[in-house]
Amino acid sequence: MKIRESKGDRVFEVIVYIILCLLLLIITYPLLYVVSCSFSDPTAVGGGKVWLLPVDPTLAGYKGVFQEKSIMSGYGNTIFYTIFGTIINMVVTIPCGYALSKKEIPGRNIFMAYFMIIMYFGGGLIPTFLVVKSLGLYNTRAILLILGAFSTYNCIICRTFFSSLPKELEEAAEIDGCSTYRCFFQIILPISQALLGVMILYFAIGHWNSYFNAMIYVNKDEYKPLQLILRRLLVEAQTNAAMMESGGASDEFAAEQYQLAQLLKYAVIVVSSLPVMVLYPFLQKYFVKGVMIGSVKG
Amino acid sequence: METNLIREESAGKARQNAGKFQAVCQKIWKYRAYYVLMLPAVIYVAIFCYAPMYGLQIAFKDYRPVLGYLDSPWVGFKHFISFFEGAYFWRLIRNTFVITIYSLVAGFPLPIILALLLNEAQQKFRKISQTIMYAPHFISVVVLVGMINLLFSPSFGLVNNVLEAMGMERVYFIASPDAFPHLYVWSGIWQELGWNAVIYIAALAGVDPGLHEAARIDGASRLQRILHINLPAILPTITILLVMRIGSLISVGYEKIYLMQNDLNIEVSEVISTYVYKRGILNTNYSFSTAVGIFNNLVNIVMLLFANTIAKKLSDTSLF
Repeated sequence: MKIRESKGDRVFEVIVYIILCLLLLIITYPLLYVVSCSFSDPTAVGGGKVWLLPVDPTLAGYKGVFQEKSIMSGYGNTIFYTIFGTIINMVVTIPCGYALSKKEIPGRNIFMAYFMIIMYFGGGLIPTFLVVKSLGLYNTRAILLILGAFSTYNCIICRTFFSSLPKELEEAAEIDGCSTYRCFFQIILPISQALLGVMILYFAIGHWNSYFNAMIYVNKDEYKPLQLILRRLLVEAQTNAAMMESGGASDEFAAEQYQLAQLLKYAVIVVSSLPVMVLYPFLQKYFVKGVMIGSVKG
Repeated sequence: METNLIREESAGKARQNAGKFQAVCQKIWKYRAYYVLMLPAVIYVAIFCYAPMYGLQIAFKDYRPVLGYLDSPWVGFKHFISFFEGAYFWRLIRNTFVITIYSLVAGFPLPIILALLLNEAQQKFRKISQTIMYAPHFISVVVLVGMINLLFSPSFGLVNNVLEAMGMERVYFIASPDAFPHLYVWSGIWQELGWNAVIYIAALAGVDPGLHEAARIDGASRLQRILHINLPAILPTITILLVMRIGSLISVGYEKIYLMQNDLNIEVSEVISTYVYKRGILNTNYSFSTAVGIFNNLVNIVMLLFANTIAKKLSDTSLF
């Protein structure tokens, strides 16, 4: 039996779609605007002529980005930190989540408490900084790979996932004389691709986007990740520029240079965000799965 | 005679205990592989989470790196008192609460509303709009703040271009203390709206379609069904997330706010976490900064427990 929709319901539906479309517009417009500006002529951007599509398309901004050495070295560093940092994250977090999913091991609750406490209480910034310094890890690449290697929240997601797997698999393997390690690596991990996908993505994007640890623990230029370089270009330079601006631009040449520098900012935003922006739509089903696994209390 | 009995009894108990102990040891040995799998995490947490907790003692000392943790002199609550009595204390508290409460009031209901609306849309439209709405979540904070700076720039920023086209004056938003909280909160909402709706959408997927069917037969309109079926269905999720948000009401993540600070808006943009960073790392006031950090952490815990208790009383749903 099909129930006919009332008039009120149809009006309601139209309103819902209008609101959603408006929201989509608000969310996408700034992104499109930045992309359009990055392809536009510097004077058009400076003169406020860009509204939606690129005006007088040019690649001047991108040329500038690829000529800037610090951006390229930052890019290389970020790729390095993302790949190896994620590997360390996985090695530390996933096996721990697996072990904690076993209810029969003695002292499991003690270990759970050990890991839960740090969710609510911690040493904070300064004592952590002092520990890092005393270990001689200050101003090394290693600290950016190690710091944040374990997160209780992600570990709990892993634990929840592993405890939802059928027990019979491991029991059968055990009877056949399979060791715990072999069982974990050759039976459990291959059927946990969804979880591994979620974790790799969470960790990798975290590494790609983070800047604060690098700002605190690293001050050698050749170790700096992309986000720190971006901070210098986009945030610090912008504040200075804005203060200069309010004093009024001096001559035409300076104004032109200034406009080109602005264009470079739009281009660098696109270049730095592109890898993540291109990847996430394909991987989003994993992300959503992660949120759902994590939302199960246990 | 009697003593003999007692002796025998205690010997029996000891034997029993020894047996128990042995059994536990055997069990531990049997499961040793699992402990090995846990080992990297245990070591990491010991070094980077528990060792710093040991270092918290410097909040009660005048820490000097040459003397180390143990030999630095105890000063009791000196650093806490100087923080509470300092000129910055109330300003920091006020700024922190203005930003977190504003974020909570403006930002908490919106993802719920979005999820309820998306749930009404057709599946294909819903899937596509969700994908698009996630996009800002994957932008880094640095890029987000860079975008704010560009779009709100006084001379060529989009927002000021629009204002000018509408015949209004250009405004120097980035340096304006009045604009700061709005910029901070609404840029955050823009970034996380779609992402924060995911968890509610997942909860809504679990609503029994039979309930909707029955309500429709009884003549309930769509709005009525949203309010009386969907909303109550996701109420436990809402409660849990709200408790967690209230628990972190005194914490503003330093990552974004630090980037948005400048000399002209510092009056309203300095919060506890950025103050800890500046006093501690930049000015090397380690002890003082640690004391401020402890204060922050304690207030967090108290507020989390408080929110949790209230939630338990009102709705039987709670975090723990």
